[in-house]
Amino acid sequence: MNLKHLFVAILLTVVLPSYLLRAQDDSTTTLDAAYTRPFITNIGSSSTAIGGYLEGNTNYFAEDGISEGLSMELRRFNVFLFSTIGQRIRFLAELEFEHGTEEIALETAQLDLEIDPALVLRGGIVLVPIGANNVNHDSPRWEFIERPLVATEIIPSTLSEIGFGLNGNLAFDRWVLAYDAYLLNGLQNDVILNSEGRTWLQAGKSEELLAEDNNGEPAFSAKLALRQRDYGEVGLSFYRGVYNSFEREGEAIDDARSLSIFAIDVATEIEKARIHAEFAFNAIDIPANLDELYGDAQWGGYVEVTYPILESPLFGFENASLLAGLRLERIDYNVGSFAATGRNRGDEIDALAFSLSFRPSADAVIRANYSHHWITDLLGNPSIKRAGFQFGFASYF
Amino acid sequence: MNSDNSTGSADNYPFQQYCPARRRPVTINFLCLLLLIVPILLLPSCDSILPSAPASEDVLAEPVEDLSPEQLALHISGDIEFARVFGAADGLGPVFVAASCESCHVGDGKGHPLTTLTRFGRLADGVWDPMPDFGGPQLQQRAIDGFAPEMIPAHATGVTRLMPPAVTGLGYLELVPDETLLALADPDDADGDGISGVAQYVDPPDYFQPQPGSIPIDGRYIGRFGKKAGAIDLLQQVVNAYKNDMGITSDFEIDDLFNPQAGGNTVDEVADPEVPASTVHSVVFYIRTLKVPPRRDADNPEVLAGEEVFKRINCSGCHTPVLQTGPSDIEALANVEIYPFTDLLLHDMGAELNDAYIDVGEEPGEWRTPPLWGLGLAADSQGGRMFLMHDGRAATLTEAILLHGGEAAASRAAFQALSASEQNQLLRFLESL
Repeated sequence: MNLKHLFVAILLTVVLPSYLLRAQDDSTTTLDAAYTRPFITNIGSSSTAIGGYLEGNTNYFAEDGISEGLSMELRRFNVFLFSTIGQRIRFLAELEFEHGTEEIALETAQLDLEIDPALVLRGGIVLVPIGANNVNHDSPRWEFIERPLVATEIIPSTLSEIGFGLNGNLAFDRWVLAYDAYLLNGLQNDVILNSEGRTWLQAGKSEELLAEDNNGEPAFSAKLALRQRDYGEVGLSFYRGVYNSFEREGEAIDDARSLSIFAIDVATEIEKARIHAEFAFNAIDIPANLDELYGDAQWGGYVEVTYPILESPLFGFENASLLAGLRLERIDYNVGSFAATGRNRGDEIDALAFSLSFRPSADAVIRANYSHHWITDLLGNPSIKRAGFQFGFASYF
Repeated sequence: MNSDNSTGSADNYPFQQYCPARRRPVTINFLCLLLLIVPILLLPSCDSILPSAPASEDVLAEPVEDLSPEQLALHISGDIEFARVFGAADGLGPVFVAASCESCHVGDGKGHPLTTLTRFGRLADGVWDPMPDFGGPQLQQRAIDGFAPEMIPAHATGVTRLMPPAVTGLGYLELVPDETLLALADPDDADGDGISGVAQYVDPPDYFQPQPGSIPIDGRYIGRFGKKAGAIDLLQQVVNAYKNDMGITSDFEIDDLFNPQAGGNTVDEVADPEVPASTVHSVVFYIRTLKVPPRRDADNPEVLAGEEVFKRINCSGCHTPVLQTGPSDIEALANVEIYPFTDLLLHDMGAELNDAYIDVGEEPGEWRTPPLWGLGLAADSQGGRMFLMHDGRAATLTEAILLHGGEAAASRAAFQALSASEQNQLLRFLESL
């Protein structure tokens, strides 16, 4: 063995392995990968928080004299996970268990990279910025147990999708301007021809929504919110995407059909009365042969006023309050009239709700609600009346 | 207002503070407690502010009385299936007219132009062709995504539109013995009253089971359901509706619809059958056990006088007021007197109602006498106005009466000759049905 061969042998048997071991933090191998994750190796130096909320209700409803009686439910058990990864990278996730374990959904799993407060890159499973309720819907925040109809039937809340985009806040004087803009997979096929028998955006949230786009055409959603610190906030938002699978194996099998949502939301406070309102308008491209049976235009809106009738220590809770609320709402699933008769297409709901809620603290609420719905079918026949009481609690933890 | 830089987004944890601390007297605490508890205490006694059921006489969708618990449970199962809306993923289509039974028969009542059925065919050299090569005889004018709906072929010679009927009371009509219908028939007008009811004889489908007392001719049985009496029993009617109205296959009709005009056997991808026999049977049972349409104001003097006018001008020559059911496996339906105002027979209704369409083998101007029971509730399922006659062309009872020609021409003329008060009495009577 000459000197050159000796050098190579030493390099291979001693120097290179020791170098590689040092490169892997000395004592670990790839078999230790599970325990070399940053959340373990950074114990003591990172900032991670776990939280969530719990919501349970008792419901008693009757529809045209028929009631299913009292029913109790654990409607939501949501777990939040938040972590800062370095100074300007943060992660937020929300895992939702609905009605016990009947529905389990990863509602949010997003990573933020903050270039500047006015420019944050966000990717992952994001809450789509359409309307106000879709991104601000945690049960403990609201005095009404049911979300507004416009936020569930016209805007398909909770709508969270795979996507990426930008958001940011610009603050100046008494004003704050915020924006969100994302590219998303988009709602999918069952927007029409679903088991509801109407155009229903909720049905477009298929199981594959978070896995794969059904048509390769990304949807786009954006929101602009302007807040004046003394008067309140107004938001304008938009969503548009192709919802049907119009190609298969590269072959066109249908026309590409899109849907659009426009929303405006307002939040303000007059004296102590908190006022929330949201209106949304949908435009859906429907095949001509399904016109009238499935609506190509929808709209809905609500106005809600809550007022603290008592703010005082109560039952030993130092920051307790008692609030009364009123909500008025209306939705129309199928805007337009019948060509054959000229009469208005129905498929509408008018609703009225009252609330009385007790907040032992700002993060927990015990609520009693009464609501009454007047439901008109597509043909415009006499309304079905549905009304009931709800009693429930919701709290962050 | 808050002084932070956030807007109403999910970033605002925790919730803004509602509650500045201020001391209140203890009595206010109790008042608040009371305000919170009162709604809870109201829960068991809240009937007065919860919607009550409409009066039984104002609704069609109720079961017959005296069903056993087992029968009631099956009725409810059938009700759920009747209301079930099919989506594309459930097998709807690929071509169809409506997505559920309920959408054509809202509240079990009459239908609306939105869901009228269209049927077509061609008469050439005296031979009727239902045009199956063009998707006939029934048009499916709607289609699921990626499929083309059917069109009426340009060379069709007969096209008719059929308004969905109410489905209540049909279980009773199914039980009227053939013998009764044949006794009412007068094909050669032997009594000389100008009315010659004819029984429609129909080739039964493979799954047909004749009932005791059936009187077939050459393997054909009396049809009694449909505008042209083209269905022998409710099972046939329901199976046909699943397939031809909704594009839903069943154990009885396993082959899916397709649009021949689009070429090929282009069916949907949902495995067949899309509903099992048990589902079809539950819907049949539901319809069989729907109550007789209720009367309102039956004892009102104007209504009673109108009933006499109805008989005097011989509307009752076709709209037979009283029939009797035969034996049944459902005791509540067996051997009872009913008031459907139909003879279930075919009658020539004149040129104005002749759509040049043939369903089974009848003359194109012949229509089965529709039951009049439930007539007064028609508008409650038709969107607040009435669509009467076979295609819904009449918006009022008077318009409907005046469209009666052919065998009913004499009654129409008699109606026109009535005084205004007698006409009004007749209309009051019809509204009470």
